[in-house]
Formats: sequence, structure tokens, C-alpha cells
Amino acid sequence: MYRVGIDVGGTNTDAALMQGRRVVHAVKTPTTADVTTGVLEALRQVTAGAGIAAAQLGAVMIGTTHFINALVERRRLAAVGVLRLALPTTTAIPPLSGWPEEMRAALNVHSRMVDGGLEVDGREIAPLVPRQIQDFATDCSRRGIRHLVVSGVFSALDDSQERAAAQLIREVYPTAQITLSSQIGQMGLLERENAAILNAALGDLAQLTVDAFAAALRAAGVSAPFFLTQNDGTLMSAATAARFPIMTVSSGPTNSMRGAAFLSGCADAIVVDIGGTTSDIGALVKGFPRQAGLAVELAGVRTNFRMPDVYCVGLGGGSLVSPDLASIGPQSVGYRLTSDALVFGGSTLTASDLAVAAGLAQLGEAAAVAHLDRQQARACMDRIQQRLSDAIERVRTSAAIVPVVIVGGGSILVSADRLGELPVVIPPHHGAANAVGAAMAQVSAQEDRVVDLAAMPAEAAIEAIRADVRESLIAAGADPGSMAVVDVETLPLSYLPGQLTRIRVRMVGELLLTD
Amino acid sequence: MKIIDAADLEAIALGGAVYGTGGGGDPYIGKLLAQNAIRKSGSVHLIDVESLADDALVFEVGGIGAPTIVIERLASLAPLLNAVEALETHLGRRVTALMSGEAGGLNSTIPFAAASALGLPLLDGDPIGRAFPELQMSLCTLQGIAASPLALADEKGNSVIIDAHNNATAERFARSITIDMGGSVFGALYPMSGAQVKKALIRGSISRLLDAGYALFNARAKHADPVQALLQASGGRLLHAGKVTSVERATGGGFVRGHADIEGLDGYAGGCLRLSFQNEFLLARRGDRVLASTPDLICAVDSETGEPITNEKMRFGLRVAVLGIPCDAAWRSDAGLALAGPRYFGHDVDFVPVELSR
Repeated sequence: MYRVGIDVGGTNTDAALMQGRRVVHAVKTPTTADVTTGVLEALRQVTAGAGIAAAQLGAVMIGTTHFINALVERRRLAAVGVLRLALPTTTAIPPLSGWPEEMRAALNVHSRMVDGGLEVDGREIAPLVPRQIQDFATDCSRRGIRHLVVSGVFSALDDSQERAAAQLIREVYPTAQITLSSQIGQMGLLERENAAILNAALGDLAQLTVDAFAAALRAAGVSAPFFLTQNDGTLMSAATAARFPIMTVSSGPTNSMRGAAFLSGCADAIVVDIGGTTSDIGALVKGFPRQAGLAVELAGVRTNFRMPDVYCVGLGGGSLVSPDLASIGPQSVGYRLTSDALVFGGSTLTASDLAVAAGLAQLGEAAAVAHLDRQQARACMDRIQQRLSDAIERVRTSAAIVPVVIVGGGSILVSADRLGELPVVIPPHHGAANAVGAAMAQVSAQEDRVVDLAAMPAEAAIEAIRADVRESLIAAGADPGSMAVVDVETLPLSYLPGQLTRIRVRMVGELLLTD
Repeated sequence: MKIIDAADLEAIALGGAVYGTGGGGDPYIGKLLAQNAIRKSGSVHLIDVESLADDALVFEVGGIGAPTIVIERLASLAPLLNAVEALETHLGRRVTALMSGEAGGLNSTIPFAAASALGLPLLDGDPIGRAFPELQMSLCTLQGIAASPLALADEKGNSVIIDAHNNATAERFARSITIDMGGSVFGALYPMSGAQVKKALIRGSISRLLDAGYALFNARAKHADPVQALLQASGGRLLHAGKVTSVERATGGGFVRGHADIEGLDGYAGGCLRLSFQNEFLLARRGDRVLASTPDLICAVDSETGEPITNEKMRFGLRVAVLGIPCDAAWRSDAGLALAGPRYFGHDVDFVPVELSR
């Protein structure tokens, strides 16, 4: 059974063809403006290179920056209707509070607050009033707003009100596309609602993109299902991705980290993905990227859905070096590295040129950097590695000695066998780690609840949550025999007596593929 | 007098997070509440304590309860105003000015929302000078000023007046009513005359938050050292700088207790600082030696950005600078230390003024 992982980055679209756990072939192609052309080209090259037909593929996994770019550039965003179930609470902080002015202006959002929401212990703040909800739906329908968000106070703990509201909306507005905040985010109403709004705004683009991928893959002779990779390194079906594009916006760094884990065999490690302009550094815990615990900004908007905790340093193979070799980055020649760097016949001194001048890498024309002092170049490379080790120290999760896995095209910047006190591993196929990560992605599910540990022992509470997560996982296509708990987090609620504790359980499983 | 607009609230919220000393709740939601109020009802006049008439009536206003609930059941203005009105009705008098109960954490921002909406001035001062978890932990208690009668109000229109025989009892009653009201409520408390306010309040403590916030913003904009900027703005001293090497947390009685170990770097290499917290940072020790202790302020910030680090964000690998800021002298009296010194929080050590630690 073959599978292809494709990672669409800002500059390159990488593809890796896998058979079981073996990398058969990997390619790097330029990303195209319309995305699908580049994806198809990568697919064509990687299958041709391996000498197999598209029809032999069992699955295609795609990671794409398409949706995050749409948000950042604020283009092709759909109008959104937001219904918050909260009255009489939360009135002073309505939807879109705290948004940057440009983002608020760029997005056409129509919002309303109605009765509803829950207390922390599950009591209703107020019961739903069907009339209020249907009026809102009718109003949106009249305005031609098709993408709707329903958010409710404490819906991350109990989503029944949000689901009931969605049902009421569908009765009067059957074609509405509804995002429930509880499907997207965790505790923190504003951040969860914001994430749901961004998701809804991407609704039209997501459907178009997924349809385009599907049509292109069909035209290329692929009969297998295709999936998109999520921010947490796991898969979602194409149909689900069309409904939850926000879950894919940060899949790039995650795919690299998952690929690094797979290629190196290291489940606990620090991964450094060195690109042309930046290095993304993250921690792998049990094979998965550690997730950001608190609010994450996306296009200037505070959100709180699952995102990898990645630290970015302005240091890559294309980083500009000052003539006196005193400063390196953060400016970079980026994708023009292969034309602008000295070793490639250009006239710009880059970090890659230093690596060659120091005699640590073979790349392009070494003669072009022969005029640089070798000792000075070495000292410079040491400084680059020092900066990487400093960044790694920020990301380390414990005092344990874990390997540093280097992946990405810029790995020539690391020549040492240790960074700080950690051993360096550069796995085979490191340049295609992101595509391999996409190809090897698993399915995942999680639950986040507040439990009173005075009423129930922690172990029983965790087990009850785990059982529910298992069910969602099977529904998502996981092989029941392969499911494992990735993490269990417990956080007590402060400033309150009693033992109210927030528990989050996350599990993954292998995708069930049938020949 | 200063005029505080919506933009100033950014600085106050950041300063409030610094003076939250690792706890006190995230000022973010309070900031949005205040900014939305100011955009609707206008700027807030921050007035000097001395400008207050002796017969003026002042209320402390703020939120009571769990910050984790506030991020979900976002604050509304109505209960904040209801609490003020309920207390006015109970006393049969109109309030002249409002004040913040703690210059630090979530409650550094919330009073601005009430002041703007009611068109009342806010005092540039508070009775703590930092964040503390219990409502009797106030210099008002030391001055014999009662927290009650106090009013609590929730978002459904319920309000309760508590008349307690002392401030510790008021705290207990308020806490249990808060739970019945959904875990997070607003209160108007410590009704005081202008003369009482002048006895108990720390002067200029709200301006200090503003200064600390702007000091950090300016340092970042100029790529200057934010930690130095913060030291200058706060009059604090650098106790330690290094990397967090371990964090341990335990829970009990609704509090997060624990400690973080910070291995020294650069000038502090070879030394390890242990920060103990119960929501707020309470004790900074190197070996057996106490470098700083409550009620002095212990603040941890990111070495690079100056961003305040709460006990919840504390984790292995963070590079942090630990600042000690002297508390108001009144806290260092025997009665002050009994109310909020290290022994009150269960640490069997003597208070050591931060400026004497070496």
C-alpha cells in the first residue's frame, strides 16, 4: 500500500511517497499561485520517480498554507453571522472585542447575543428562546450570510445548547453552514468564538479548494481518499477539512516535526526545521509537537484551538550576512537563495555562503567564497549554532537529555554533533521531513472538561473522558487496535473552594486503510 | 489628575500583570471591559487621593471569584453597576468616587469600566499596592476600616448585601455566595469616607501600573532592555536571572500551590532561586536564604520581552528575570505581616525586606 504526503509551503511544495514505513521517493517542486497545479506536479513527479501509477496510491495527505495565507492577506473571506448564547451575561464584551481594526473592517461579520449559556457547574444561565435564534437565522438568510457561528458560555464543557441552537437555525435556514465554537476551541469564550469566526470566514474558500484538490486528483488518476493534515499533526478527511479549515492553518511546522520524529525514530526530541529565512523550533513529546497552552494569535486575532508551540528564529540558509560578518539575519534572500547567494553566482553574502567558506558544507561554487577568511567564517558558524542552541534551550521541556533532530533544506548550517548539551541527529530524507510527516499522519480526538474531584476520583473521571475520546476516534477513522493516549492534562480552577479541575485527554490512532 | 483613555488601558493591563506577582487573574478581559466602556461612555478621570473631600463616599469595586470562569462567562457591565447601586441604596447615599481594591491582576482594569459608565472619578491609589487573594488582605483592615456592608451582584439581576462582623468573615461569606452566583461576581465594598481613604490608601499606585506598562512598551519599541526599564519604573531590584529548570504544582482548597526553580545564568550563574507560589509568588529563596517574601512584590518576567509570567505560564526552559519590589511600609508592621506575611501563607520564615537581601 502506497501513500503520498504533500506539504505546500510558501516556497516549495514537497512530496514523499511511502510504502508502509519506507520512504520510496521524495521530491521538491515550486509552489504555484493556484496551489492545485503545484500539488499535482509534485504528485506527478514523485509517482513517476518511483515508477508507480497514481491508481496504486492508497491515500494522499496534503498539508497546506493556503488557508492561513487567505487569513493573513484577508482575501476571499466569506461573510459570517455570529450568534452568541450568553444573555444576560457577557454583554459588555460582544463578539469581535479586541480584534485589530483592519481585521474587523476586512471581515463582514453580523453578530447577535441571545439568551443562553451555562454556568461552570452545568446549570443553564438561561434557557434558549427558539424565537430569538430563528429570527437571527432569518435575518442572516435575508442578508445573504451563509456561514454562521454559534458560540455559548461554557460550551467547551457541554455543547448541548450550541447543538440545539444549530438545529433551530437549520429549521428556518437549511442551507446555512454552521460552525459550533465547541467543535473548534477550548475554554475561553472569546478565543474559541474568534477561532470559530475565522473558520466560518474561510468556509467558501475551503469548499472550493477541497473540490479543486478532489477534481485534480481524480484527473490525475488517483482513486484513493485524500486527507488534509491538521495543526496537531493528525488527519482530517477532505469533507471535514472543507468544514474546519481553521484546523489546518498551522500544519506546516507540525508536519516537519512529525516527519522528524518518524525519520529519526525519536519520540521525545527537539526539532529544528531550518528553512531559507527562519528556523522553526519545537518540542516533540511522545512523537507529537507540544501544543501551545494559552492564547495564540492568528492574523492578529486571539484564538485558542490546537496549535503547535513553535519558536521561530530569523535564521536560515538564506539569512543575509553583513560584510564584516558581524551580524546574521533576520533579513533573508528567501526563495532567491539559489540565484542570489555567492556560491550560486549571485552577489549576496548569505549564511549558506559562510557554511561553504568555513569548509563545513559543499554547495554550489566554493571558489565564489574563497576570498572569505576561513577562521572568521568558522567563528560566524559557531555564533549561528550558539543562537540555535539558545533557542533550543527556550523550547526544551525538561532537563532530560533528548536529541536535537535537524530537518529542512538549511540543515547545512549545523555542523556540530552537539548543540549545547544535546546530541544532534540529522536523519536521512531530512529535506522532505514535512512531506513524510504528512504521509505518516494519524487521526486524533480530544475532550476538555471541568470535573469536581470531590464527587469523583480523578482516575474515574479521566477514564470516563477517555472512553468518550475513544469513541470519537473510531468515528474519525482510526484503527481501534492502534489507539493510544497522547496526553492527559489536569489543571485545578483557582480561587474557588472545592476541587473543580479541568481535565483534557487527547488520543491518536493509525488511519484504518483498506486495500 | 490624569485622563485615562482606551489606549492607556493597554499599559495598565500590562502593568497590572506585572504587579499581579504571578497571580491575580489575567487583566485581558478586564481591559476589554474597560475599553468598551470608555469607547461608549468616555475617558476616566484618575484623581489624586488628596483632592478628595473628607466627607466624600468612596467604594472599592472589582471582581471576585475564579479567573478561569471569567474567561468563559465574560464580564458584563450591568452587575458591576448593580453592585454599586445596591450599596448606595443600602447606605442611602450616593458614591463620590470609586477605587480599585488591588493594583495588580484582573482587578487593576475592571474599576475603569465602572468609573467610565457611571461618570465617576477613580482614585489614583489602592489599599494593597499589588494583588492578594483574600479581601481582608488590605491596608483598610489594618486601619480598622470594615469591608462591609458590601454588595455582590451577578449577571441575572441578583444582588446580596453582606454585613459581617469582621473582614475575614466578610471574605468567607463573599466567597460562598460567589459560588452560588456562578463562581464569578462583581462587588462594591469597603465603603469609606474621604478621611478614611486618606489613612489607608497607597498613593499613586494606579499611575505606577501605567508607568510600568509604558516603560515596557517603550523599551520594546526602542529595542532597549525591558527588564532594566521595568526596574527603573517600579523602583524594584533584580533578584535573579536564569532559566526555569523545574516547576512543581499541587492543588488544594482552590489554590494552586507550588514552586519553580530557576538556575542562574550570566551574573547569577551557579545560584538557583526557588520561587514559591500560592497563585501569587510569595517567597524567593536561594538555598536557605530568603531574598524576598510577601508582602513585598516578587515578579517574574521574560528576560527578553519583559512579558510578565504567571505561575500558570511558568515552565521548564523559560528565561526569566525575577524582580523584587518593596511593598508599602504599612505592610511591614507586625499587624501587616500577620495579615499577609510569609507565615500567614504557611511558610515558616521571617519577612526579609527586599532591599536588605543580598
